[in-house]
Amino acid sequence: MRDVAVVSFAQLPNVRSEDKRNEVEMLMPVISEAIEGSGIPRKEIGFTVSGSCDYLVGAPFSFVTGLDAVGAWPPIQESHVEMDGAWALYEAWVRLQHGDLDSALVYSFGKSSLGPLRDIMVLQLDPYCVAPLWPDSISVAALQARAWLESGHEESEMAEVAARSRRDAKANPMAQLSEERDPATLLEEPYLVSPLRRHDCPPLSDGAAAMILAAGDLAREVCERPAWISGLDHRIEAHGLGVRDLTTSPSTALAGRHAGGTDVEVAELHAPFTHQEPILREALELGPQVTVNPSGGALAANAMMVAGLTRIGEAARRIIDGSATRSLGHATSGPCLQQNLVCVMEAR
Amino acid sequence: MADTDVLVAPNILEYPYTRTVGPVLGRFMTGLRDGRIEGIRASDGRVLVPPAEYDPVTSESLDQFVEVGQAGVVTTWAWVTEPRPPHPLERPFAWALIRLDGADTALLHVVDAGDESKMATRMRVRVRWRDHRVGEIQDIACFVPEEGQ
Repeated sequence: MRDVAVVSFAQLPNVRSEDKRNEVEMLMPVISEAIEGSGIPRKEIGFTVSGSCDYLVGAPFSFVTGLDAVGAWPPIQESHVEMDGAWALYEAWVRLQHGDLDSALVYSFGKSSLGPLRDIMVLQLDPYCVAPLWPDSISVAALQARAWLESGHEESEMAEVAARSRRDAKANPMAQLSEERDPATLLEEPYLVSPLRRHDCPPLSDGAAAMILAAGDLAREVCERPAWISGLDHRIEAHGLGVRDLTTSPSTALAGRHAGGTDVEVAELHAPFTHQEPILREALELGPQVTVNPSGGALAANAMMVAGLTRIGEAARRIIDGSATRSLGHATSGPCLQQNLVCVMEAR
Repeated sequence: MADTDVLVAPNILEYPYTRTVGPVLGRFMTGLRDGRIEGIRASDGRVLVPPAEYDPVTSESLDQFVEVGQAGVVTTWAWVTEPRPPHPLERPFAWALIRLDGADTALLHVVDAGDESKMATRMRVRVRWRDHRVGEIQDIACFVPEEGQ
């Protein structure tokens, strides 16, 4: 395998509604920041790939507009995934394995504010037997939460994840939701969709993020301490919710094993709902010594299609700034942690 | 720029075509129209309801249909106190994964239980059919707690 590293990452502050900027206007500053942070001239970036979702915009091929933020003239080598930017990162990593290009720009953007997100998320479900009933995203997560609780857990564990995530988010200027709350008082609040309370759910966020990958000598040349990708893998489970065991995440466990996700100091887990963090911790066999989601995670900022790439960016940042030597970034997609990606990074 | 300067326009997206659901789901939907629920046998012998065209683990094509019962067990559920406009019921209800008698996987649907206190994992529920059925998942109007509970 060719050595590839994250050398730069930038993100917009997550907000409830970017009502004054369109997606291109959101992307321009964040892409420029990532490119300038990498020290690689824009014209020399070898490959460009984005992750976004047309359903959020309600218009087909909306990602093509996003290219205006890149400056795709003269023509560039470019691709797109209709997925979280973490999967765009995967494509970029594979592309760099070919060996003919040395750098890649990965970016993603999502405005959750453009429509009723809970209902829009239904469109990712089985269109024949499930989606016609309109089980919204919080209801579907609540089915998983109860299954997990009844496998031997307490609601207090969920409240503790919420309280810790939003407390940690106070140190993250990019987070949307940060507060100091006592887990015990959180449990006094009413259910939103039982057994989920409002604090168990992520905020609705608009945001964008961009990352620069570089291979081999180029990475060493432009970055003092590149976050070398030592393992990257993604796995998926069956589409039908009733076919899966919702209390565990076998796809995360498999991806973690293939990516070599052991002995990490920091893990950024993409767990939009509180009960999903312990499911992921267990799947990745993360012990109590691992710092989980110091950024506050998706419970503090959850821009659709961006939050997964941001987990990897946050984990990479801790290698680049010298505060960790080995970290793990995780991204999820689909209902109830259906698909999972694990990226392990290290200093060398 | 003041808020009043922001332009807002409706965007209505439509798909003016129809398509077939294929031989497996087509048979399932026809069964629902006729008041019958059919699953399909997976490679490992499990009966999948709703049926899948391909095995969820091995990806093999599946074609052995199995009729299952019209009552079953709730494997997990979530209580909605404030139904959203597209939801199947306008009053508080439960989403539930329901494993029908004779099936090995669970079907997602709603339970019209009246009150959250009536819901429990492992409770038995029974299909309530819609009066006028057309061959779609909504032909099952809802599930209701089985009598005697």
